[in-house]
Formats: sequence, structure tokens, C-alpha cells
Amino acid sequence: MGDYFDGYAIFAALAVIGGALVGGGLAANRLLRPALPTAEKLTTYECGVDPVGDHWAQSYVRYYVFAYLYVVFAVDAVFLFPWATVFSAPGFGGTTLGEMFVFLGFLAAGLLYAGRKGVLSWV
Amino acid sequence: MPDLLEIVLKLAAVAAAFGVLPLLVGQAEHKVMAHMQGRLGPMYAGGFHGWAQLVADGVKFAQKEDVVPAAADRTVFKLAPAVAIVPYLLVLLVIPVGPDGQVVLDLGLGLFFALAVMGIGVIGAIMAGWSSANKYSLLGGMRIAAQLMSYELPMVFAASSAAMAAGTLSLSGIVEAWHWYWLPWQAIGLVVFFVAGLAELRRPPFDMPLADSEIILGPYTEYGGLRFAFFLLAEYAGIVVLSALTAVLFLGGWRGPFLDAELGWLWLLVKVFALAFVVIWLRVSYPRMREDQLQKLAWAWLVPLALAQLALTGVLRVALG
Repeated sequence: MGDYFDGYAIFAALAVIGGALVGGGLAANRLLRPALPTAEKLTTYECGVDPVGDHWAQSYVRYYVFAYLYVVFAVDAVFLFPWATVFSAPGFGGTTLGEMFVFLGFLAAGLLYAGRKGVLSWV
Repeated sequence: MPDLLEIVLKLAAVAAAFGVLPLLVGQAEHKVMAHMQGRLGPMYAGGFHGWAQLVADGVKFAQKEDVVPAAADRTVFKLAPAVAIVPYLLVLLVIPVGPDGQVVLDLGLGLFFALAVMGIGVIGAIMAGWSSANKYSLLGGMRIAAQLMSYELPMVFAASSAAMAAGTLSLSGIVEAWHWYWLPWQAIGLVVFFVAGLAELRRPPFDMPLADSEIILGPYTEYGGLRFAFFLLAEYAGIVVLSALTAVLFLGGWRGPFLDAELGWLWLLVKVFALAFVVIWLRVSYPRMREDQLQKLAWAWLVPLALAQLALTGVLRVALG
């Protein structure tokens, strides 16, 4: 158990190093760059004209069905990983492989259904 | 408890690789594109072969003003470049560069770790798209989200095919289990993984979310100076990480013609740069894909192909033992 957390301590150390590289770069950059903000400079860019309307404009997220599909499939896909490590070990074999085809069948049927419903084409 | 000095040295090596390799890829992109497209600009600065162009770019980025638009969500806007770039550094932890523990962290679920952490990099770009309070950025950010959702799935399937073939999730274990016959056996997985990875990095021809000639680099529209440079670096670091993961999963990582133990890092580097060259080559050769074509490629081609690869891997693995 000790080794397990040692591994993630290294991970945390590198995350801190990464943050320090980016933060240190930006801090050093502060000495080199000018800081002369004006009201015009701080406006939102819209091809040179004054921005029209609200910045977070309302828009229709057309691909929300993809998002649902992704969540469904991704949750399934996560179970592939533990299964992948054992399926060909002694004592598993044929039956486990059959289970994989059930799994693939479900995914393929779902994909086919979504495709026939027309939700996979961007409108 | 492993030797502390060894860990410090390994972390320093990872940080050095992270500092140098993306810049080498950037330099290679300048020169390869210049040669392939007959561009004169990148071949001029500094005299011989335009070697100073990248230095000049760096100097320019370092002295530009750091503008945060008044309408932007300041905290998220400033944090986004770090979220975009640091995950690629963290993935390097689990990439093995040689046999017998020549890796910083040999996690039992290294493959899962690598995929999970790589996904975080995309969130940096989505944060940038949302926090800029700019219509181009918002459009770009939403396209990035759509692209991540469509391409993450085939990428995960292709990667788990390699894990099935090796019977382990440890990246070192996968390279140990690799044999030459994986090349034909996992060929579909290799292509699906690489293409889906390119789409996740938003490299041309999958750069609809950035589309500099249409939505002004999408989520990066409002960025300038060093923060913008960090996003560019994140793209190059992403190329390095994707090439390294592809090499480790499908091309035998540190395996080479001789001296695997001593020269493993060299064989891996050769493969990484060969794949990075392909990434640049694809950018030069193909026009940008339209948003609906992008989605269609993922759902109608890559996902079914990846499922087929899973079936093939499973059957052959059980049948041959």
C-alpha cells in the first residue's frame, strides 16, 4: 500500500513542477512585457468593429445527442479495461470471449439505432 | 521507498524532455512545411536554413502585452493555458523509455492514466473558449467539446485493443509483450488511435474548432503574448505525447534492432519523430474537414472500425493462446 501512494506522490510532485514552470514563466514574463491597458484595447475582438450584443450569446448546442451517446458508450468502455487484462488468462477463454461479443453487439446495435434515427448527422 | 536521488533525476529528465521535444517538433514543423509548400519566410531568419525563426518567435511572444479583455472571466481566462499544457507533462511520467524500469512511474493502470490525463488538456481549451466572452471563442470551444466527445470513444477502444493483446494495462508491460506480428494484427487500431488522437489535438485536417481563417483560432482569439505561446506549446507537446503513446502501444516503444536496454530511448525517439513528421505531413497535405464531416468520420468510420479491431484482437488472442 505504501508503494501505491509513493507513486502518486511522484505524480503530485511533477504536477507542482509543471505549475511552477508555467507560473514562473509568466512571472518572469512580467518583467519583460509592457502593461498599458486602455479601454479600447480591453474590448472584445470582433473583426475590428464594436462587439454586437451580449458576449455569451445564446446558441443551440446541436450535438447534445452526441453527448448522451458518448456518456453511454464511455461508461461501457471503461469496463473493457479490467476485462482486457484477464480475458485470456487460464480459466477464462471461450465464455469470456462470448461475453465480449454480447458487449460489442449491444454497442453496435446502439450505434446502428442512433444512425437510423438520424442523430449522428450534424444538422 | 525507491532511491530519492533516482526519482529527482528522473523527474529532471522528464522536465527537460518536456522543455526540449515540443520545441524540436515546432522547429521541424517550420522547416518541413517550408520545404513542402515552397515557403520562403521560415527559411530566412538567421541565415542558415532559417535556424533563428523559432528564437525570434519566442522573443516576440515574451515581450508582448498580456491583455485580458474587460468582459472575460478573468480567473478562468488566466488559468486556461496552464490547464492546457501541464497534463501533457504528466503523461510523460508513464512513458517507458527502456526495459527494466526505465520509466519514472510504472503504474499498473498506466494506459488508463495516460488516456485520462490526456483528456484534461482538452478542458484547458474549452475553458479558454468559454471564459473569453467572445463569440468566435465560444463557437470554437463548443466545437472542441463536440470533437472530444466524438473522438475519445474510438481512441479508448483502440487503446484497449492494445491492452487486450498484451493482457496488461501497464505501458511497460505492453512493450514487453509486443511482437512484430502486432503490426498487421493491430494495424486498424494503430490508424484509429492515431487519427482520433490528431482530432483530439485539433491538428489539421481536424482543426475546425480553431480554423484561423474562419473563426480566428476559436478559443485562442483573445489570447496574446506568453499565454498564447503556452497554447501553441501545448499543441506541440500534445504531438509528442500522442506520438509517444502510439509508438508505445502499437510500434513496440523502445524495441529496436539492437541494444534495447542501452539505446531504448533512442529507438523510441526515432519512432516519436517519425510519427511527428507524419502529423506535419498530414497538415500540409489535407484541407480542413467540415464540422459535419468530422463527426461523420468519427461515428460512421472510426467507432465501427475500432469495434471490429476489438473483435479481431479478442478472437485471435483466445484462439492462439
